[in-house]
Amino acid sequence: MSYTIAEKILIQHSNLSKIAPEQFIDCDIDLIMVHEQLGGRIHEEYEKLGINRVWDPNKIFFILDHWVPAPTISAAQMHQDCRKFAKKYKFVHNMGMDKGICHQVLPEMGFAKPGMLIVGSDSHTTTYGAFNCLSTGIGATDVSIVFATGKLWFKVPESFKIKLSGKFNKGVMSKDFILTLIGNISTKGAIYKSLEFHGEGAESISVDGRMTISNMTVEAGAKFGVFLPDNKLKNWLKDKNINSYKFVYPDPDATYEKTMEYNLSDITPVVAKPSNPENLAKIEEVLGTEIDQAFLGSCTNGRIEDMRIAAKILKGKKIHSNVRLIVIPASKEIYKLSLKEGLIEIFIKAGAVVGNPTCGPCIGGHLGVLGPEEVCISSTNRNFVGRLGDPSSKVYLASSATVAASALEGKLADPREVL
Amino acid sequence: MLKKIEGFVYILGNDINTDDIVPSHTLTMRDPLEMAKFTLEFVDPNFAKNIDKGNIIVAGENFGTGSSREEAVNVFKILGIKTIIAKSFARIYFRNLINLGIPGIAINWNETLFSKGDGLEIDLQNGNIYNKNKGINITFEKLPDFLTSILEEGGIINQLRKKLKL
Repeated sequence: MSYTIAEKILIQHSNLSKIAPEQFIDCDIDLIMVHEQLGGRIHEEYEKLGINRVWDPNKIFFILDHWVPAPTISAAQMHQDCRKFAKKYKFVHNMGMDKGICHQVLPEMGFAKPGMLIVGSDSHTTTYGAFNCLSTGIGATDVSIVFATGKLWFKVPESFKIKLSGKFNKGVMSKDFILTLIGNISTKGAIYKSLEFHGEGAESISVDGRMTISNMTVEAGAKFGVFLPDNKLKNWLKDKNINSYKFVYPDPDATYEKTMEYNLSDITPVVAKPSNPENLAKIEEVLGTEIDQAFLGSCTNGRIEDMRIAAKILKGKKIHSNVRLIVIPASKEIYKLSLKEGLIEIFIKAGAVVGNPTCGPCIGGHLGVLGPEEVCISSTNRNFVGRLGDPSSKVYLASSATVAASALEGKLADPREVL
Repeated sequence: MLKKIEGFVYILGNDINTDDIVPSHTLTMRDPLEMAKFTLEFVDPNFAKNIDKGNIIVAGENFGTGSSREEAVNVFKILGIKTIIAKSFARIYFRNLINLGIPGIAINWNETLFSKGDGLEIDLQNGNIYNKNKGINITFEKLPDFLTSILEEGGIINQLRKKLKL
């Protein structure tokens, strides 16, 4: 039998010798990530089971990131419930609330390695596919099942092969590619599929950029968004002192439901218009749309490459007087590096508000909630009605470069003009 | 053996996402009953007030797209929704439905099959829906046995209890 990456990793985590798409299988979980959801539905449901233990406290990665520090009493109570649970069940990897956003911190600390099967209580858990592992989001009940047994059921997905050639032109980022892909195939175009990214084009993308792509594959409905391994990944892992792992390649004659090809040099800056990530428009079509707020951050685009390109655009300049710019590095490590490189000072001098690492505005939680009728350009992943605040507010999703360029202009702007 | 499900149709549109179902501002609420009052508040402000226990939601494409928040299934459970029929479901949402013991049925339907208020009789075991108002039978692809066995237990937690003898 010949297998895709998804099939290979799933079979390695099952007790089966062969599998096929559509088949239901039980798999052993290598790692589970859990955030504030623990204090939502999980803790009560799990307590009701009365097991009084988890299958392996060493394989749980727990972090508070959505509402940190707590902006409301109910969020504070949720955090209390989480901490109590983590202590009672002796979680080994308890990250607390000061490290940053789960999808940045987990790989940064070396918890995502090639070949692993990782699940998390967050839909953007697909992010770790950038590291040649399988990872996907699950709900609260599934988390309880993993806590109790270390196993979870999966339906073996069909895979799409996405062959990338060329490389991005100046001012174009991986966000522009993934928004283009979602716009082309729609938010239901890849429901239940594993998207597998191949080719020299994929190799030309930075690991940060790959994380952005894997992160948003879920916006097309995908179960996994996984990259083939290469030297860039090898070096990234080496930098983090991660040495014991085995790369997973698909078999050359593996079966794909569909093959799609993109030349990255054809991609140009785009946005997703309100209020769906599939509402694709070229930046030229929306130039001049006035904005009230620009947000740079989130698990999609709060990485060092995002901070660097935004700082390059904003250096020595002031943002437009009608605009509020909010910058939130995705993790403490990125915050520290941004400080060291002088990026934070550039943001502050340009008129930005710089916040502590958190999901914050991305879920309309805190640190920049939108008021009625306000328009925001955001480097985040969803622009649903009311996602960032009032239901009459409007959100355009874009790359970090487009966010920074638009903050300068006070309206949606083309980053290629200011780089 | 799954019991037949009876109820009345409540129509919703395409791409109803998890932020629509459970708006973010309610996510830190500690009381699920309180949270359920805000179900679909930006889509259909009186939904929670108007919905009757035993209703069956009939929706368009990509139902439940977005977040993994299981609250988006649980609020419907609290409001007494018995089944969700949609043209298609988002992956995590579909899992969450089955795990909480609520059948999700994918049917590519139009107005000739379902209208608001129609009385339905759903036979999951045989993949058939009888629309009493229209006097028609609508067939659908039966759920795989693997998923049916979870529904038969009333959800995956009950199945786990049985397996672990809890």
